Formats: sequence, structure tokens, C-alpha cells
Amino acid sequence: MDTFSLLGQGLITAMDPYNLLYALIGVTLGTAVGVLPGIGPALTVALLLPVTYKLDPAGSLIMFAGIYYGGMYGGSTTSILLNTPGESASIVTALEGNKMARKGRGGPALATAAIGSFVAGLLATLGLAFIAPTVVKFALSFGPSEYFALMLLAFMTVSAAFGDSTLRGITSLLVGLGLGLIGIDQLTGQARLTFGMPNLFDGISVTTLAVALFAIGETLAVVSSKLAADEKVESVKGSVWMTKQDWKRSWMPWLRGTAIGFPIGAMPAGGADVSSFLSYSTERNFSKHPEEFGHGAIEGVAGPEAANNASAAGTLVPLLTLGLPTTATAAIMLAGFQQFGLQPGPLLFATNAPLVWGLIASLLVANFMLLVLNLPLIGLWVKLLSIPHYWLYAGILVFATLGTIGADGSTFFLGPIPVSFGLLLLTLFGILGYGLRRFGYPIAPVVVGLILGPMAEKSLRQALQISQGDPSALFKSWIAIVLWILAALAVLVPLYLRARGKGKVLAQFGTDED
Amino acid sequence: MSDGNSPHLQRRPDRAALAIAAALAVVAIVIAWSTSQAGGVAGYSPVGPKTFPYIIAGGMFLLSLCTAIEAWRGNFPAREAQNIPPMLWVLGGLAVQMLSMKTVGFSIATGLLFAATAKGFGKGPLWMTVPIGIVFAFLVWVMFAKGLQLTLPAGPLERLF
Repeated sequence: MDTFSLLGQGLITAMDPYNLLYALIGVTLGTAVGVLPGIGPALTVALLLPVTYKLDPAGSLIMFAGIYYGGMYGGSTTSILLNTPGESASIVTALEGNKMARKGRGGPALATAAIGSFVAGLLATLGLAFIAPTVVKFALSFGPSEYFALMLLAFMTVSAAFGDSTLRGITSLLVGLGLGLIGIDQLTGQARLTFGMPNLFDGISVTTLAVALFAIGETLAVVSSKLAADEKVESVKGSVWMTKQDWKRSWMPWLRGTAIGFPIGAMPAGGADVSSFLSYSTERNFSKHPEEFGHGAIEGVAGPEAANNASAAGTLVPLLTLGLPTTATAAIMLAGFQQFGLQPGPLLFATNAPLVWGLIASLLVANFMLLVLNLPLIGLWVKLLSIPHYWLYAGILVFATLGTIGADGSTFFLGPIPVSFGLLLLTLFGILGYGLRRFGYPIAPVVVGLILGPMAEKSLRQALQISQGDPSALFKSWIAIVLWILAALAVLVPLYLRARGKGKVLAQFGTDED
Repeated sequence: MSDGNSPHLQRRPDRAALAIAAALAVVAIVIAWSTSQAGGVAGYSPVGPKTFPYIIAGGMFLLSLCTAIEAWRGNFPAREAQNIPPMLWVLGGLAVQMLSMKTVGFSIATGLLFAATAKGFGKGPLWMTVPIGIVFAFLVWVMFAKGLQLTLPAGPLERLF
């Protein structure tokens, strides 16, 4: 089988001592930053993007893969050991994991989360390796009209399908699309919405927007909140090892979680939260101890954690094979590729196969490293969790501004004073991010809209240029028609459900992160 | 996320939400206006660089109308009261950093941001947090500018090294 040899070659690339070092740095940094409260996977990846600026593409992407998986691991540690009131509804791991930690079973909770994430990451990465070539073959037959329909579908699932309001989801998306217009038009070289400012010719950088919306927006929301944060870090007492009983109760949820998470991530169907919720309710139905749910059931940690990780690996399927980011994290990863002039998609598999397979293989390597690193270092992660808020957010802002200046060092003059343009954008978008949070607008659609908008526009214009302006060309192939119908359903079904008063379920699936 | 459908004790119409509707309308008009002002490239292609901006402007205008209706009905999720002064410390820190970065360099400008943010979260006094911030930012500068060759603005402090 071809995939085996390609993956084998990828493993050889990933095992190169330098690349191993990059992966190790990536997983360590990713876990350390992901562990910090208030920092989800998307922000972890965005904050650490500058670390990879000066490496070669292969090393940088490998480090990036480590950061991505490390951020996911770190996040689950936070939700188990830290009880963040108000957020528990959206993070199911916290539901059971934190209860376990309070009963002094934090060790086994962390262990089942880590091993579950490992199992899921392993299986899902293998799934990615085996599905990718098929999807690529299929995608090579796509023309601009199919790509446009596909992006339309992604827009609708990201913005309208989940969350508590179709209107607010689509508004977020359009804000992102509007920001994507700024800069030089790719096809004609015409400046658009730059208002004569040369600083805007290159457009808005995805990193700046993501860091601003997530880091600055979150900081402003936390600092202005009147609710005193009643957070308590649970210490890890006793053994971190799982008992025989724990193993027996964990292995099926791991596998079920993987089976739920991977397909959901692989379809352009939104974030990891959907899959962890589905896994949680599945485990509650399957469990022999349903009475323990809500009081620290290990299945309720094992399943959702596996689902979460499998779905994160699943989102790499559309990202790598189609160039289609379906979460904010994936959008930032796409930006990571683009900084090297690489465009993920079917062609990348043809033109840069060693790089793609090196990346996939290093996901496997990163996964192993995390399993080995995570549990022994748990004491260190707990220390990071107890950093007081004032140092934590001050530090987050330092790194947020660092990444922005690294990406956009341009200057403009306010009278005689030289002002950093990147920081100006960072502050403005930070205020936007605060506003989005305050009024219940989702954030991921803004980031996805910014990066995918110009790509969708390009496809649309190419499709219509080929047909000399005849819009019926957009619906010529059956693939395109199916995608259009799915996109319409992604908007209409949730609208119908919300009108029938079933919106609460969808609202739970909605997420601020990812 | 709070439930958007249940009735809650909020003013109807929701003025802040109406302001969002107005802002969306303004952005829509700005996009349309700016697009119409841009010089026309010869129309050899049926869909030029102006098509997409017009679609987005139109879409935003529609959303603005829908938002106004929702605002009128009070359909927005309930919001908690906010503590403004701490937020002004953080925003002030960002403004100071932005204005001083190119003159005094990364470490001092970012140290000021660090101290202002800590102050927003209730940690003072500034005479202690400013030096801590500058030292921290300088260490970050050394790591990224020297270690990873990232281009970061240098000021008097960085030029010593």
C-alpha cells in the first residue's frame, strides 16, 4: 500500500534529530501555554506562531504540530484541575474531571484524559493518513465552482449551524469576510478598502486578528468582570496511576470517543465541542454507573477527552487535503503554512509530499512525546495553574504584542510620533473581540471568514470568468449542487430547530474557542 | 453562553444592540462607498474586484436590519454589569506601548504595558511592577530577538547589548 511507504518516509523525516528536537520544544511549549487558564488551543497556536517564524518550513510545521497537540493536552489539564465557574457548561471534561479532582482522584482523571488523548490522537492521525490520499484524489477533480460551494458550506457550518443565534453567527462571519477584503486584490492588483494607507496594502494578518480577538478580548472581558473569579486549583493527591477498575471503565469510552470525534472533525462541521458533547451523552447512556455522572464518573472524562483530540486531528483532513479550515485553530494553522508560501490542498500532496507526510508523521511522534512528558511533569503544570491573574494576563499581553510586532513591524506617524501599526490593529481588534464576547457573538467565524473569504472570492471569480459571467456555471456539477444543498441545510435546519424551541442544544454546542 | 430566547429583565429596545445595528449599517455603507470610489479596471471580466465587496456590503446591510429588529424585541442575551476602570488600565497600557514602542524600544514599552495590565487586575504599586515588567520584557526580547532572530524594535536599553 502506498500510504505505508509515504508515512514511513514521513517518519524518517520526523525522526531526524533536529526535527525531534523541534517536536519536543513544540509539545513542551504547547502544553505549558495551553495549561494556562483562559488560553485555549486557538490562542496557544496563535501566540506561539512567532516562535516558528525563522525556522525552515519542515521544522517549523513539525514544531507547530507539537504545539497544536500540546495545546490540546494542556487545555484538558486545566479543565480537570481548575474549576472555572460559568464555563463548565461548554467544557464537559470539567464536569466530571473537576469532580474527580475534588474527591482526590485528580491523578486518575488526568491519566485517563492523557491516555485517552493519546489513543485518540494515534488512531485519528492514522485515520488522517489513510483518508487523506482518497480525499486528495477526489479533490483533484474539483474546479473553482466546486471549491466555491465547498467554502460556502464551511462558512455556513462554522457560523450558522451551532451557537445560540444564526443572526449573530452570520454577522461574525461577515465581519471576517469584510476584513478579508482589505488590501490588494489578488487577481487585479487593485487596492481595496485601504483608504490610502500603505500599511493596509498587505491586508489584515490572521495572527494579529486571532491574537487580538482571543487574547486581548479575553483579557478585557476578565478584567472588567464584576464577578469575583472563584477559581480553586485542585492539588493532585495520591497516585496518578489508574486502578484496574479505571482501565476497565476507560478503554471503551476512549474508542467510542475516537469514533465520534474523528468523523465530526473530518467533515466541515465545526469544532471539537460538538464531539465532546456527543461523546459525553453517549457515555452517560452506555455507562453501568449512570448515577456517578455529575459526581465524577471516569467515563465522562475518558470519552469526551478522546473525542476532543480525535476531532482536532480530524480537522486536519479538510485543512491538509482541501486547504479548508473549519475551526479558528485550523485557520491559524493555515496562516502558519502561508507564511512559507505553502498552500495546503490537493496540490501540496503532489508538489511537497515529503513535507506533508513529515508533518503527519510528526503528529504521531508528538503524541508519543506528550504521553511520556505529561504525567511525570504534572507537578510543573499544576504550578503554572496557580500563577495569579495579574501576572498571568500581564504576561499574556506581553506575548500577544510580541507576536504582533514580529508579524507586522510597520510604522506610521501620528504627527511626530512613530506608532506601531500592528499594535494599533491589535488594540482595535481586541476591543472588537471584547464587544463580540459581551454581546454573544461567536469568534471563530471572524477568523475563518478572514482567511477563507479571499479564497472563496477567488474561486467565485474564476468560476464566473470561465463561464463568461453565466452564474448557472456554479451549479453545473452534481458535487457543487450537493454542497450548495448541504450549505442551505446548515442554515435552515438550525433555524427551524431554534424556532421550535430546541435551540438550547445548539447553543451548548457553540464555542468561543477552536 | 446564556440563553437568548428566554425573556429577561432588560430594556426594550436594547440600545446597545441598536448601536450594533447602526455600526453594521455604517460599515456596509463605508464598504460600498469605498468600492464605488475605487478606480475602475477595464471591465474585461464579468466579475471584477468590486463584485464581492458589494455582495458583502449588501449582506451587512441586511444583517443590520435584522439586528435592529432583534434589538427592538430585546432578543439579545443578558449582560452582566461591567467594571470600567480596570479595563481602562489595560487599554491605556496598550496605547502607551503602541505610542512608545518605536521610540523607547521593546523592553521599556512592553514593561509599561505589563505593569498597567497588572494594575488593572489590582496588583501594584507601579514603582514595583514597572521594573519587573521591563526586566521580564527584556528577557523575552533577548530570547526572541537574539535567540530566534525575530525583528523587534530596539531602544536605548536593547542597544546596550
